[in-house]
Amino acid sequence: MAEIENLEPDLEELRESYRSGKTKEASWRKSQLKGLLTLLKEQEKDIFKALEQDLGKHYAESYRDEVGTLTKSVNLALSSLKDWMSSRKAKLPIATFPSTAEVFPEPLGLVLIISSWNFPFGLSLEPVIGAIAAGNSVVLKPSELAPASSSLLAKTIPTYLDKKAVKVIEGGAAVGEHLLRCKWDKIFFTGNPRVGRVVMTAAANHLTPVTLELGGKCPAIFDSFSSSWDKEMVIKRVLGGKFGACAGQACIAIDYILVQEGFAPTLLELLRNMTKKMFGENPRETKSMARIINKKHFLRLKNILDDPSVQSCIVHGGGVDEDNLFIEPTILMNPPLKASIMTDEIFGPLLPIITLKKIEDSIEFINSRPKALAIYVFTKNETLKRRIISETSSGSVTFNDAIIQYAADTIPFGGVGESGFGRYHGKFSYDTFTYEKAILRRSLLTEFWLRFPPWNDFKLALTKSAYSFDYFGFLLVLLGLKIYS
Amino acid sequence: MGVTPIKLNFCIFFVNIIIIIKYKILLVCLIFQREGKRLLIDLIVVFPRSSISKSCCGRKSSMAEDSETKKVFDAEAAASLMKELRGTYASGKTRSYEWRVAQLKNLMKIVDDHEKDILDAIRADLSKPEQESYIAEISIIKSSCTRALGELNRWMKPEKVKTSITTFPSSAEIVSEPLGVVLIIGAWNFPLLLALDPAIGAIAAGNAVVLKPSELCPATSSLIAKLVGKYLDSSCIKVVEGAVAETSALLEQKWDKIFFTGSGRVGRIVMAAAAKHLTPVALELGGKCPVVVDSDINLPVAIRRIAGGKWASNNGQACIAPDYIVTTKDFAPKLIDALKHELEAWYGKDPLESKDLAHIVNSNHFARLAKLLDDDKVSGKIIHGGQRDKANLKFAPTILLDVPEDSLVMNEEIFGPLLPILTVDKLEDSFDMITSRGKPLAAYLFTNNKKLKEKFVKTVSAGGLVINDTVLHFAEKTLPFGGVGESGMGSYHGKFSYEAFSHRKSVLYRGFAGDASARYPPYSDRKLKLLKALLSGSVVGVILALIGWS
Repeated sequence: MAEIENLEPDLEELRESYRSGKTKEASWRKSQLKGLLTLLKEQEKDIFKALEQDLGKHYAESYRDEVGTLTKSVNLALSSLKDWMSSRKAKLPIATFPSTAEVFPEPLGLVLIISSWNFPFGLSLEPVIGAIAAGNSVVLKPSELAPASSSLLAKTIPTYLDKKAVKVIEGGAAVGEHLLRCKWDKIFFTGNPRVGRVVMTAAANHLTPVTLELGGKCPAIFDSFSSSWDKEMVIKRVLGGKFGACAGQACIAIDYILVQEGFAPTLLELLRNMTKKMFGENPRETKSMARIINKKHFLRLKNILDDPSVQSCIVHGGGVDEDNLFIEPTILMNPPLKASIMTDEIFGPLLPIITLKKIEDSIEFINSRPKALAIYVFTKNETLKRRIISETSSGSVTFNDAIIQYAADTIPFGGVGESGFGRYHGKFSYDTFTYEKAILRRSLLTEFWLRFPPWNDFKLALTKSAYSFDYFGFLLVLLGLKIYS
Repeated sequence: MGVTPIKLNFCIFFVNIIIIIKYKILLVCLIFQREGKRLLIDLIVVFPRSSISKSCCGRKSSMAEDSETKKVFDAEAAASLMKELRGTYASGKTRSYEWRVAQLKNLMKIVDDHEKDILDAIRADLSKPEQESYIAEISIIKSSCTRALGELNRWMKPEKVKTSITTFPSSAEIVSEPLGVVLIIGAWNFPLLLALDPAIGAIAAGNAVVLKPSELCPATSSLIAKLVGKYLDSSCIKVVEGAVAETSALLEQKWDKIFFTGSGRVGRIVMAAAAKHLTPVALELGGKCPVVVDSDINLPVAIRRIAGGKWASNNGQACIAPDYIVTTKDFAPKLIDALKHELEAWYGKDPLESKDLAHIVNSNHFARLAKLLDDDKVSGKIIHGGQRDKANLKFAPTILLDVPEDSLVMNEEIFGPLLPILTVDKLEDSFDMITSRGKPLAAYLFTNNKKLKEKFVKTVSAGGLVINDTVLHFAEKTLPFGGVGESGMGSYHGKFSYEAFSHRKSVLYRGFAGDASARYPPYSDRKLKLLKALLSGSVVGVILALIGWS
């Protein structure tokens, strides 16, 4: 606890840095972003090593999901910073003529970013990029469940970034609680809904705005395909979106597949074959799939599988290796909807397939469950596409691919309902850590005397005709030609 | 001097200029008005009305007199209300463009057809002058509705966005969708506006809505309940009247958004309740809005704008009303003289008798204001006003000079007719004074000094800044209205209202051609190279990696 109590001077230093105004300078923001870029370049090997250690991620996967995506985001922020920082003129409909109005983006102050263990670099630094670009001072609390990554962040960030304005505070739940008691200007949280509620309740004490990036069961609707090229392509994308992203331990990983009854056997066959191609005959040997983060999560997943009614549904894989915290890519056919595999977010390499009479029934299936962070739809049917967009609700919808929306900067990334609120990535990251200050400039030349008391019927009549755009009546009233009582 | 009712001593003439901007015709009336020796130019710019029928204020309608015994609105009632609304929302009814337009048109009808009832109700609750209610409530609701009706089509259109080589080939768009069932909690100071203005956004965005008007304005609250029930689709838009018990019952439900206008204390309760259900909130709170006054200004105009924002907007009971003035020591006497003069011209020798001044909402607030004034540190600092009439809840415009910074009146939002004036040696010092307090909802500056303006914009953090006027940004639909820090979170007005009640869903379309196998396991070094090229967006790099050169 002694260590926790020492936080206050650190936080005061951060607040002071913000107050001094240096973080608001474009040059500071730029230098920090460049520092981040250098960090990613110079520490690439160490980052790969830490991810290998924490999650058994292959370095290609680490690059694709973390280092590479981050590099792209920093570059985007660097090249767009000037544009983002400029204030926007608001068009005036001249009700307040003569005046000008603009919206001036302003940093929020001192922000807290609490990140998650599944993408310990990506989910930590992606929001940091936004927070720095927006000119805030930042505290980052990486997840203690990925210790190697957390300590690498704590070690490297102070050497590459301004340590008076950006700090990493490591620790578990106790540190988290302590941090939440402090007053922040924004809290950006990635994690599960249970902790999300705790974060928001704590934030309410200080009226701190929050962004909650949670998860949820992301469905993949799989329509029938006939062309073998299409089939191979989409199957790859499905498996990449499930087992390829941190072994399914991703908030936007495919959670389950919805498919039409008749097509299910074909789908299963395709999935089996491609799984073998990707992870080999003996998946325990593969280096291409991550392991489970820790014993607790491993046991949680094992328990899901051990339920007899679920066990009997396994149609592929199912092997577990407790020593190496590895679970084989596992496919299940129609597990009971009441079992925990279909009620809770899976967050692991188990892939249930649910069959439906008609693929259109998937809309009702999805709508009867909490709103997901992402919906994936593999189809060529334009009507189905339109219906999914307008009749379901989710953070995002991706057609004919999975996960890749995470790398698209022009669309916002974030949830709705149970999957959280607030959005980031690209310019949206900047906006998340920015307050848009409205500015109205008036001249002192003119006056609109109708605005002021003492009130009388004359003024009311004038105001009414002004507001009802009856300018002829307005003139009549002014000239005393119209009776206004 | 002063702007007493316009009589013939004003030399008035009009210059009508017809400007065509974007197919709209504006009529600009220039009114030159002689005021003492000063010549002022007034410009009133009027937009053509779209298709709104002229309001008929003479229509009779019985005021809310329904004395039926009301059932208690408890948790059970809230749950069944929610169930009903979830049902209608799920039916998809509220999502159609036609439904939204019909509701907005009917909302417009409410204020058109019942203008007199509304003015009467607000007069009954707050004894607010009709002109004030008209300017600050009815007209703003009308213009919000008109704008929403005119632009809804455009707001609802998906926004196409570009995609990069990283996700090539693909296309993307952002589609806005309603959030679901939303709760709007209004405040008493603008009882109609703060309930219906957010509702316009919620309806335009296609949500089912529950409105909880403030119980401190019973006449307006029951009028809203009656009219909304009569004019709007009661299967999707409901009004729940009540106080703490009813609000608590409502807050226990799971909403898809809560939009709250009120105090920071209740705001915290609302947000904590929302946290249980992970419900996003917009909190429109208040704060101490400062007015910085420079000496190089057109004083009569500035004074009117300050006094107008303070006393002519519900007698200071507004979240964006000027809370205190900061000016230089030298300029303060001039400023005070002018203020006194203006106040006398507006409200007469005895402001307690004036019909043009709203009263204090209730005895609690009256006692709170009396306490602020009776503070030992403050009571000797009154330089104007101070009269009050407890029985009629009347409180005169009161000016205080140089109250200590640690006095009560400088440490809570005043929300009433007291106006402390603080003096500094150099005007720049006022910025530190302002930033050392919580972030206010609005900050005002009167100056002609360009440098000072820029410094103000850069250093002062507030929901909105207005230079050379007060409160006017509220009427500006192209500006987001909302707070930051202690003054709240989330913004609305115009399109921002629509966005406050919408979820912006990302939609990414991918084709089947040209897929990089590098994305998929089994991984290798070559795949890593290709990925690097793909993510850096380098076309050449991609080609080199593909043919195995790099």
